[in-house]
Amino acid sequence: MTTGTTRTVEVELSTTGLSPDGKPQRVPLVVGGDMATAVAAPPALEPDLEGEHMLINIGPQHPATHGVLRLVLELDGETVVRCIPHVGYLHCGFEKIGEYRQYNQIIPWTDREDYLNSIGNNVAFALGAERLFAIDITERCTVLRVIAMELSRIASHLVWMGTTCIDIGAFTPFLWGFQERENIYNLLEGWVGARLTTSATRVGGMAADIPDKWLEGLQGFIRTFPKTIDECERMLTRNAIWVGRTVGLGVMSPDEAINYGLSGPLLRASGVAYDVRKDFPYLDYETYDFDVPVGTNGDVYDRFLVRVEEMRQSVRILEQAVKRLPDGPVNVDDPRLVLPPKHKATSEMESMIHHFKNVMEGPRPPIGECYVAVESPKGEKGYYMVSDGSSKPARWRIRPPSFVNLSAIPKMVEGHLLSDVIAINASIDIVMGEIDR
Amino acid sequence: MIEPTLILQLPHPQLPPSTGVFLIATVIKMIVIFTIYMVGVAYSTFAERRVSAWIQDRHGPNRVGPQGILQVAADGIKNIMKEETYPSYVSKALFVLAPGIAFVPAMMTWAVIPFGAPLPTLWGRIDLVVADLPVGFLFTLAISSLGVYGIVLAGWASNNKYALLGGLRSSAQMVSYEIAMGMSTVCVLLLAGNVSLNEVVQQQAQMGWNAFLLSVAAFIFLIAAFAETNRVPFDLPEAESELIAGYHTEYSAMKFSMFPISEYANMITASAMMATLFFGGWDIPFTKWDNTGDATVLKALLTFGAFATKVILFVLFYIWIRWTLPRFRYDQLMSLGWKVLLPMALVYVIVIAATVLALDMAGIARGPMFGAILFALNAVLMGGILFVLDKGRLISPAYSRLDRSRVERLRAMATGRSHLAGRGTGA
Repeated sequence: MTTGTTRTVEVELSTTGLSPDGKPQRVPLVVGGDMATAVAAPPALEPDLEGEHMLINIGPQHPATHGVLRLVLELDGETVVRCIPHVGYLHCGFEKIGEYRQYNQIIPWTDREDYLNSIGNNVAFALGAERLFAIDITERCTVLRVIAMELSRIASHLVWMGTTCIDIGAFTPFLWGFQERENIYNLLEGWVGARLTTSATRVGGMAADIPDKWLEGLQGFIRTFPKTIDECERMLTRNAIWVGRTVGLGVMSPDEAINYGLSGPLLRASGVAYDVRKDFPYLDYETYDFDVPVGTNGDVYDRFLVRVEEMRQSVRILEQAVKRLPDGPVNVDDPRLVLPPKHKATSEMESMIHHFKNVMEGPRPPIGECYVAVESPKGEKGYYMVSDGSSKPARWRIRPPSFVNLSAIPKMVEGHLLSDVIAINASIDIVMGEIDR
Repeated sequence: MIEPTLILQLPHPQLPPSTGVFLIATVIKMIVIFTIYMVGVAYSTFAERRVSAWIQDRHGPNRVGPQGILQVAADGIKNIMKEETYPSYVSKALFVLAPGIAFVPAMMTWAVIPFGAPLPTLWGRIDLVVADLPVGFLFTLAISSLGVYGIVLAGWASNNKYALLGGLRSSAQMVSYEIAMGMSTVCVLLLAGNVSLNEVVQQQAQMGWNAFLLSVAAFIFLIAAFAETNRVPFDLPEAESELIAGYHTEYSAMKFSMFPISEYANMITASAMMATLFFGGWDIPFTKWDNTGDATVLKALLTFGAFATKVILFVLFYIWIRWTLPRFRYDQLMSLGWKVLLPMALVYVIVIAATVLALDMAGIARGPMFGAILFALNAVLMGGILFVLDKGRLISPAYSRLDRSRVERLRAMATGRSHLAGRGTGA
């Protein structure tokens, strides 16, 4: 063996596959010197006439894995025989960090998990914390949060559409979509000052009310955005190559979709009309008039159609939200939760004490636990929080929709070609920040 | 005092030059063509970037020089200054050779393409083609198929799985489409009665452009040319999102740069072939004077301009398509080539051969009347083909892949224990 430091690692996957008891065979590799050599090579199998299989790593550094997903593919020619996803390359320990942060301090971490939907996560977390605190938010805040969530849904779907187009080889809709996403980010920048990592909510309200004339900008977006969707659809929906590349790909039947725990557009494309906004309404979504698009075949094409239609429905919701946005305060009137205005904190004794307590110690919820789910662009996004009565959660856990959705990828890609793996992977709409957390 | 023998030796501007002049003229033509060609290649990369930017609501490179026209030079300098990397385990000789092999054939094809009406000079009439080979486009077909070696070797020598897959894909793709391409040019042969490209240009000047007389062949040739040049929607060998960069994943600096250069060179060559075979070559449309009468300098310049315009339009067409369409999948590409284009081309050759024979037997002279009848026939055929193509049935959807049981069998083969098939680790 090689000299110097020798480290033995076990690699769980190899073409030799399963041991007689059905467990994956572990092949020890010795790492030392400058190259890895298999020490106890498994007994050679009889070569089949159909040739060898090739083991190929898609990722963790690959342009089409949307981050650091690693798919180990076993290929027969270009046909996928086996696919094993490996996650964890972006693990940041958000949930553990959350146990050492006050509720308002966790909000910046929620920006960073599903970073395409950051303002939606902010809202979702704030909803969870507010249920723990047992408080009701103001009317204006509710509508503002709906606007935030729907803008965020559109932005996320636009990225999804663009990256999927690129994965399938069409570059132009990507940039058209990004143009509109830029408009959304400009709006968010005008509102909360940040574009990607918004940290827009606080327990009991928002970080800021919308500025003057902001609604006019939003209305402008609502006017122009459907035209962009029309243009993108003209490039794709009836394009023979696009249809040929996506129809019948990665089909999930309704039963399978439910059994795998899929949610969001993936589940709806399979024909199951489950939308948290309709089934477990939050933020008064039951009072908005919108439709839930449902697919029939559960293939990549249906997922595309469902997402495009969801963007149009989001525009409908935005229109209604703009109309009903009431005047009034954004934050709840509770000095134990919400920071007092700056001028009061510097001039009134009481406000200063509240400010001090809020910042140094943080608001304390009663003892209890709660699970709040929202319909994120990727599916059912849940936050589970346990409070032990202190100002920091005893446990904070995320239910990441793309993690659950990703678990179906081996089922979806097997038997398809290498190119299809990319298309199917794109259709799941994964964000590794959310999956690895 | 001029000696009479010298006057006798001085050739007439309308007659072919002497051998010495011919050699010198050929060398000059080679240098001029090479220069124009390389500049054209450089600026087609620039055009690609600017046009794609316009399509996508962007600005594109506009910082180096006015409107960014010096961007090309900056790119070239950058590529030359970059580090040449040699990954370990590459087969070095082939690794270095591959970019060259990819590049040379694209350029050699230009030798036989006529780019203008003959130029009269004091030393004789110079044909504006580097080598007016009697075997004409048979030469282009032969040479252009050599280009695939560069790509296959690059994929093989890189010792990289992505590169290997890219090389495999491109060899299969180029071989398949070459056949359809060759079959479509047979029709041009039938009509021109000659394989010399100069003859083809003359024939089109008499009867009308082959794009109208042989629309189906032009259509097949166009599609096959896209596949031959590895352009979207046939860019599978370097499918960025699947194979990182395909066959040139491991290349860097100027060696890498040779592949895009050869891609654009191929693109220009294919555009020139398209213009020559089907769009009249250097023929100026709606005029007769450029094909008849004595050669003049003005005529040579104008016809060269006409040819250049046609080539540029086709290059822009390539770019336009690239930024509009998604990419085919491998099996769709193969079935399109073998099951659609090749049979279509074969049947079309028979139809055209029969028509030409019938028209000749009916005593119709090869002229505008002959062309009009062919055009009518092609309009009907083309309408039918587009009607069928528009149904979108020719691109097989994803169902036509392995069924479940075959996947299980392949897995069992890998594990070597068929009784365990179905209890996979992944699913």
